[in-house]
Amino acid sequence: MAKVSMTVNGKAASGEAEGRMLLSSFLREELGLTGTHVGCDTSQCGACVVHVDGKAVKACTMLAMEAEGSEVSTIEGQANADGSLNVIQQAFQDHHGLQCGFCTPGMVMSAAALLKDNPKPSEAEIRHYLEGNLCRCTGYHNIVKAIMAASGQDVSSIAAE
Amino acid sequence: MYEFEFEKPSTIAEAVAALADEDAQALGGGQTLIPTLKQRLAMPSKLVSLAGIAEMKGVSIADGVLTMGGGATHAEVAADACAPLAALAANIGDPAVRNRGTLGGSLANNDPAADYPAAMLALKSTIVTNAREIAGDDFFQGLFETALEEGEIITSVRCEIPEAANYQKFAQPASRFALAGVFVAKYADGVRVAVTGASEEGVFRWSEAEAALSANFAPDALAGISVDAGSMIADLHGSKEYRAHLVAVLAKRAVAALA
Repeated sequence: MAKVSMTVNGKAASGEAEGRMLLSSFLREELGLTGTHVGCDTSQCGACVVHVDGKAVKACTMLAMEAEGSEVSTIEGQANADGSLNVIQQAFQDHHGLQCGFCTPGMVMSAAALLKDNPKPSEAEIRHYLEGNLCRCTGYHNIVKAIMAASGQDVSSIAAE
Repeated sequence: MYEFEFEKPSTIAEAVAALADEDAQALGGGQTLIPTLKQRLAMPSKLVSLAGIAEMKGVSIADGVLTMGGGATHAEVAADACAPLAALAANIGDPAVRNRGTLGGSLANNDPAADYPAAMLALKSTIVTNAREIAGDDFFQGLFETALEEGEIITSVRCEIPEAANYQKFAQPASRFALAGVFVAKYADGVRVAVTGASEEGVFRWSEAEAALSANFAPDALAGISVDAGSMIADLHGSKEYRAHLVAVLAKRAVAALA
């Protein structure tokens, strides 16, 4: 065991980790940040997406020690300072971009990474970007619509299922 | 995962020293290695992360040569490499995987369905390690086998920028690995055609197609030419004949994209 320290959602955070501890386990079990979900644990589903030094990564496929000294952002850090939902989260609510909600933390973190690099993505660009985020409930239409809306674009042309 | 120690050196020399320990294993971005460890298919005593080594970063182009650090991520290759290789890197895995996975890690693994090996054979590459330089043509030695020695690290890769090049990939939709992928590169002294994902022997150069395209760089030049279906991979995603057909179609598409 060794001490691992990083900045999580703007605050210094540290905990104990073995070499083999995943970043997802460190966030959930050492720091109590259970908003980062572990769906498949095989790097396929994207429920565990967080940002490390500004880049979207799958926290189940990164070791906690690899994130030593990094800036980590999780779903817990996404709301506005007053606790209200941020633009992306609000758009997911407004456009029914979730049903069971299990994939939503990863979807929101991937959407945030996309919009940072590409503030006005096309529908096709959104769908391509979300290749690594699986949702078994919504059929994706409303997720895509929510991300379009969060980027300030017209969503009337997107299929309504 | 079995237990292991973790080290993150900041220079190549420190990494080489750390890898001298028995059963030590280099860790690039971990996008293949960590899933492998989770399945307990490997049991290293120590992982040596190469992610903190500044001299293995960066992608640059100068005097017709593309130079990429072994630690460059797929996302960095997609952003800064020459266009055909950038396009290839932009379609590896998904965005989160591309932010972690590295060029050197992928090449050292030599997955028979990975994309980069086709580019390395087509783009006259040189694989640079801590110890020597290896011609791309000599580097890949069958499924998951390379010319690398135990503990040897890919520090950088050089490619000669072609006059034109294109990569066509038929992706397995779940894994996004190549069911077959064909990289065509046109140089002043001839055309190189490399095929990944298809052969039981791993990535290979398709010399018959190279000769035909060097004589006449047009999709029609490939009419009637095919790879031997007998040496193709057969699995639940496709038969030998299907993969042989894909190779021919993808090669024509790559040439058509450049014609």
